Amino acid sequence: MLEGILIGLQTALSLQNLLLVVGGCLIGTFIGMLPGLGPMSIIAIMIPIAVSMGDPSAALILLAGVYYGAIFGGSTSSILLNAPGVAGTVASSFDGYPMSQQGMAGKALTIAAIASFAGGTIGAILLMIFAPMLSSVALLFHSAEYFALMIVGLSAIAAFSGPGQVTKALLMTVLGLMMATVGEGALFNLPRFTMGIMDLQSGFGFITLAMAMFALPEAVFLVLKPKNLGDDGGEIKDLRISRAEARAIAPVIGRQSIQGFFIGVLPGAGATIASFLGYAVERNIAPKHEQAEFGKGSIKGLAAPETANNAACTGSFVPLLTLGIPGSGTTAILLGALIALNVTPGPRLMIDEPQIFWAVIMSMFIGNLVLLILNLPLIPYIAKLLAIPRNYLIPFILFFTLMGAYIGQNNATELLMLVGFGICGIALKFANYPLPPLLIGFILGGMMEDNFSRSMQLYGGMSFIWERPMTLGLLVLALVLVLLPILQSTRAHRNA
Amino acid sequence: MALDRWIALILLGICIVYGYTAWFTMDAGLAPFMRRNPVWPSSFPKVLSVLGIAASFIILIGLEKGEEKIGEIDHRRLDDYFYGQALLLLALMVVYALCLRPVGFLISTAGFLIIGSLILGERKWHIMLPVAISATFAVWYLVQEVLSIYMRPLPTFITNLTGG
Repeated sequence: MLEGILIGLQTALSLQNLLLVVGGCLIGTFIGMLPGLGPMSIIAIMIPIAVSMGDPSAALILLAGVYYGAIFGGSTSSILLNAPGVAGTVASSFDGYPMSQQGMAGKALTIAAIASFAGGTIGAILLMIFAPMLSSVALLFHSAEYFALMIVGLSAIAAFSGPGQVTKALLMTVLGLMMATVGEGALFNLPRFTMGIMDLQSGFGFITLAMAMFALPEAVFLVLKPKNLGDDGGEIKDLRISRAEARAIAPVIGRQSIQGFFIGVLPGAGATIASFLGYAVERNIAPKHEQAEFGKGSIKGLAAPETANNAACTGSFVPLLTLGIPGSGTTAILLGALIALNVTPGPRLMIDEPQIFWAVIMSMFIGNLVLLILNLPLIPYIAKLLAIPRNYLIPFILFFTLMGAYIGQNNATELLMLVGFGICGIALKFANYPLPPLLIGFILGGMMEDNFSRSMQLYGGMSFIWERPMTLGLLVLALVLVLLPILQSTRAHRNA
Repeated sequence: MALDRWIALILLGICIVYGYTAWFTMDAGLAPFMRRNPVWPSSFPKVLSVLGIAASFIILIGLEKGEEKIGEIDHRRLDDYFYGQALLLLALMVVYALCLRPVGFLISTAGFLIIGSLILGERKWHIMLPVAISATFAVWYLVQEVLSIYMRPLPTFITNLTGG
């Protein structure tokens, strides 16, 4: 391994490759901040440039830098504007945005930068150690376990939505899952619930729904309840984290780096599940008085998803590099880039082309470090977005919301859908229905149905539930997660 | 009846319509060989419809107890808020969506940003106009020229005249 590390360092530390990492991180951060352009789109856009370089190591180093930069950029728009451009950063807005509203935008971005750095770096260490053996563990997870794992993720989100809110969160989750069934599913190739409307054939757009459920209601609420976003901004420039805060988030970062990495290894799970599960786990194990803080600007609530999504991004490289199986959309695009560069990822990559394997791992360390060094000094300037007067900021938020939906689908009808869903989102927010579960249900819906259908086909029915012990265990856990808080709140209400 | 229950009632209706489609109409055109499969296109939606109906019903009858929480905005005191501005901005978004293609990106976006600021009470034209126009051009350049995502910049008839 030492020899590999040295080969990797030699490649990654050349002047050209260092410049590529820095450039990639900067491009990724700034483009990633635009809602609608997630890592997948940015990497896809960068592929022609990377491939034209001809050197697979340099190309992968550039793309890895862009990847990490885009994830951090996505977190920035989640934290500052409540406009998550990608699914993996939705959970960061749960506590990051309330922190910004309380005048702690600078601190929130610092925590995000440090948590991302730690998650990515610890993930890279784990990747180095466990890559060869983890690839075989990932293969033990079959569609039945994936289906059950997603149920656990969704139940955890509903379960931790707060007293008296569990059923509402559950209903929102189901609604999100229902919305994911609209359109032509990959498995059946049949249009469902399209009502004969052509624009619904490909289903609803993720970005449209994300913008409609988060950014649009938020902007409308800012109009309804006028308050200059910069009013509380006295501490915008204050990036410091107190010693007590650092002590509070350190164990969260440690736990979520490991958990996020191992979730990222599972093909199909990725940064989204890792961030939601990380958030849910940290909320669940926090002391009671801290649990109430989640969703209102808890530093732990921000550190958990930020660490987990970066660690999971690193973890998702395990199946790609060792098996040649892309675990996420982004790694699928990276696989395409590798193939275009005449590199075949798989078990022989470490043996045949060790310089590529190790250079990618080393560039992850360097990329994370560069991201931290570049972004910490930039945070006060990024956070200044909030000091823009509302008369200018709100039209811009609405415009970027519209652009996000338009760029994603290149279809003007999508904009009308965005406004329609936005009005529904505002009504749901008025009635105190939690909106994140709806979006999470929507994101996981397609994958969940695919895994459910595959399991049904393999086992000829529902018998996969009791014939696979891991599936049964996960489903029982999901049931407990949902029923326990409902029973607890009903009992508490009866005793009161 | 509280607003959350009214919404639960509407969602119950949506779930019933969804369920009706899944249980009774979706499989009508299914090819005979697909009927032998253990899983049909309607299988997952059927499960979801049952869960959705159950969850909305629980909220409707108030089975899950908890303290009544007022959201960020108290909908019972709407008069205290600037709802006129909010409605106008939503209408402006619809107009923007309808104009984007025929009028082109540059004019509709600059118009959207200027009118949006006007609705919110901004009257400093010397700031508003340069900010809106320069931002419009910057975004167009970034999206069209750097990212190569096509956006028709001007109205169709001008593009046709210039042969673009």
